[in-house]
Amino acid sequence: MDNTQPTVSPTPAPKAGSTKDGGSRQQAARQGAILQGILIPLLAVLTGLIIGALVIIITDPKVVAAFGTFFQAPGAALSAAWKSIATAYGALFRGSFGSPTQIVNALASGDSVAVRQAFWPITESLTTSTPYILAGLAVGLGFKAGLFNIGAEGQFLAGSLGAAFVGYSLVGWPLYLHLPLAILGGFAAGAIWGAIPGWLKAKTGGHEVVNTIMMNWIAFRLSDWLINGPMKAPGFRPVTPHIQASAELPRLFGDPIRFNVGFFLALIVAGVVFWLLFKTTIGFQIRAVGANPDAARYSGMSITRTVVLAMTLSGGLAGLAGASQVLGVDYWVGQGFSAGYGFDAIAIALVGRSHPFGIVLAALLFGFLRSGATQMQSLAGIPIDIISIIQGLVIIFVAAPDIIRGLYRLRQVAGEKVVLTRGWGS
Amino acid sequence: MTTATVTRVLPAEIRRSRITGVVLLLIGLSIFLLFGLGLEGGLTTKFGLNPGVGSQALRMPDLTVPTRATIYLLSLVSIFLGAAQIVRGFKRAGLLIGLVATFFVLAFLAWAARGKSFNLLGILSSSLVSATPIALAALCGVISERAGVVNIGIEGMMLMAAQAAVVSASLTGSLWVGLLAAILTGMLLAAAHAVLAIRYKVDQIVSGVAINIFATGTTSYILSRFLRDAASLNNSGVFRPISIPLLSKIPIIGPIFFENSIIVYLMMLVVAVLHVVLYYTPWGLRTRAVGEHPKAADTLGVNVFKVRYINVIAGGAIAGLGGAYFGIGSVGRFDEVMTAGKGFIGLAAMIFGKWNPIGAFLASLLFGFADSLQVKLQILRVPIPSEFLLMAPYIVTMIVLAGVVGRAAAPAADGVPYEKN
Repeated sequence: MDNTQPTVSPTPAPKAGSTKDGGSRQQAARQGAILQGILIPLLAVLTGLIIGALVIIITDPKVVAAFGTFFQAPGAALSAAWKSIATAYGALFRGSFGSPTQIVNALASGDSVAVRQAFWPITESLTTSTPYILAGLAVGLGFKAGLFNIGAEGQFLAGSLGAAFVGYSLVGWPLYLHLPLAILGGFAAGAIWGAIPGWLKAKTGGHEVVNTIMMNWIAFRLSDWLINGPMKAPGFRPVTPHIQASAELPRLFGDPIRFNVGFFLALIVAGVVFWLLFKTTIGFQIRAVGANPDAARYSGMSITRTVVLAMTLSGGLAGLAGASQVLGVDYWVGQGFSAGYGFDAIAIALVGRSHPFGIVLAALLFGFLRSGATQMQSLAGIPIDIISIIQGLVIIFVAAPDIIRGLYRLRQVAGEKVVLTRGWGS
Repeated sequence: MTTATVTRVLPAEIRRSRITGVVLLLIGLSIFLLFGLGLEGGLTTKFGLNPGVGSQALRMPDLTVPTRATIYLLSLVSIFLGAAQIVRGFKRAGLLIGLVATFFVLAFLAWAARGKSFNLLGILSSSLVSATPIALAALCGVISERAGVVNIGIEGMMLMAAQAAVVSASLTGSLWVGLLAAILTGMLLAAAHAVLAIRYKVDQIVSGVAINIFATGTTSYILSRFLRDAASLNNSGVFRPISIPLLSKIPIIGPIFFENSIIVYLMMLVVAVLHVVLYYTPWGLRTRAVGEHPKAADTLGVNVFKVRYINVIAGGAIAGLGGAYFGIGSVGRFDEVMTAGKGFIGLAAMIFGKWNPIGAFLASLLFGFADSLQVKLQILRVPIPSEFLLMAPYIVTMIVLAGVVGRAAAPAADGVPYEKN
């Protein structure tokens, strides 16, 4: 049974003879829908950040103490609260973009090392965004096919191991052969990890939510075994060997900047996914199966083939994310490697409304947030998990736009409902 | 002259029953090949049937079996059953599959513990304990989905409930307070899910996933912020097992079922109560109606929204109990993501159990057994890497889902928000 069906509310038909009136009403409705399509995710993130700020305040012992004497010294309490938020979000900003004064000073001094250090935060944010773009595309592609791929975490891990394996085991190969092969290895490993739950869903009806989560846990255990066993580098640490230099994604600036070609690779992949989804027959089939499987079947499309293909591609994209991380940033895979990319990707895909360009923007946002949060943790002592809290809230707000509409008194503009997933029955 | 009536069997059914028979035969063969072939004679396996010290049960002699003969016997019986199924075809083929699967496990245990002793009672007892959180998650799913609301967020509910239980029990020094806190936390999160799903008509799976992410973040945040430095807040102790007098004296059954902690007893109580309520009370009937055909129930005067709210929140209470198991029933402190996917395994048990409480309970026992088995196997030093053993519950879940979902029917209106026109 279908969970939600995409509904396009009937736009008022233009009155005969007064095309201007009818046309503009139609246009206004569409423009309103597009505007809300961008506005609501933005407001969702903003509201999430505001609630995150509240959480920071109420869990800050200094602020709680100040509020204990609120009625004697309200000003002190409020300023303590403000200071707490400012410190936290200030650290977040400095972690994401860097300190403006530091940048100006470095540029003025002309010292290349100082310049690189000043620009490190913003380049690090872009580097962090790279796997998010790819993983977000993975989940978003799944959503377009009506599938909920929570397995991006495990597919990411599989891809990173696949890329690392090709990266360290082929010795003496030229860069233009080795690097693409390593990237392909990552894609393939992730694709297999996605194809299995996809096939199970298509053939047996086993819901992809549970199966992909199981595959995640299996991937964690399997990687534990691999990293401690067959893929272990000589030495004590449970890590894979360092990949060969010929498999590294070239970095564009010197140390300590880790920004590499992978970012542009991710943008190109986003363009490819856009082209695939909206300009090819396969993409049309994927979107049709996602929107209305019964109609799709009736018009002759093979649901099985499309579902398996969609999950395979989705897994491959997540695998690419893992590959980009290994080949561009870390150069090896350690135990407990994945840092929650898969779950962030869900939020990114939702905020980006499953559209490749929206996903890129959302991925940049989350990448900057995450990157800054690491700084927020070391400078202001706020645990990085606050980002997960904000994410959960953002997902809720995006999935239930009426909450945002109610909060900010937005008009109800009917638009196309995004079909996200289905229940157990279908 | 009378003509004999012949019951017609469809060719598809014949083929399916033959395939089942072949599968049984293959299992029997694999028992022989994997465990029996090349096994030296003269070895015995001792299956311990007695619990540890401190138990009230009457002692029983241990079961010592000749390893090779037992394995051969189990293999032979399985092959015979498989052949019989191919030729004759039994009506209750499912039972046969279960039987042969049990033989496989017994043969495996006999082989893994050859020349040594293996506490069979211990593994059965710990299976029930391991199954408890899975069963509670499954029961939460049953009550919620029977009313038509998909609840993927059970994992998150259990996680937050576990933390609430540990922290409140550490603060107040009372485990009962912890239990209450866990139940209330579960109900609170379930209420949030209910509001999102029923009032705002959010996609229920998205809402559940959001709750999971939120719960993971919140519990990890609180752990890092508060609990790492204040060890006294993260040290609650656990419920001690309670023996039920007289019943616990029964050999074998007694130690398994009647010498457990309060949470296990509560779980078994919930199974029974839920079964009775769902199938023998008017409330249960209304619940099931709302899950199958809310429109019809609405026209008969049933308040669909109220029924769904109450069921989801009741499910949250059950999930809270499951969370309490992790915190104050098992370890006595809160660790990061300590639920380890049990919430989702519970969902698989719910599907396997065909959305009814007793079926969900039995399925949970199966998963609990897989869980306990991998612990015991590590102790036995079976030559399989521990990571693969740890994978076993998840692989079993996937296999179960693959084999069952297509044929098991969810409540018809499951996952569909109700629109009152």
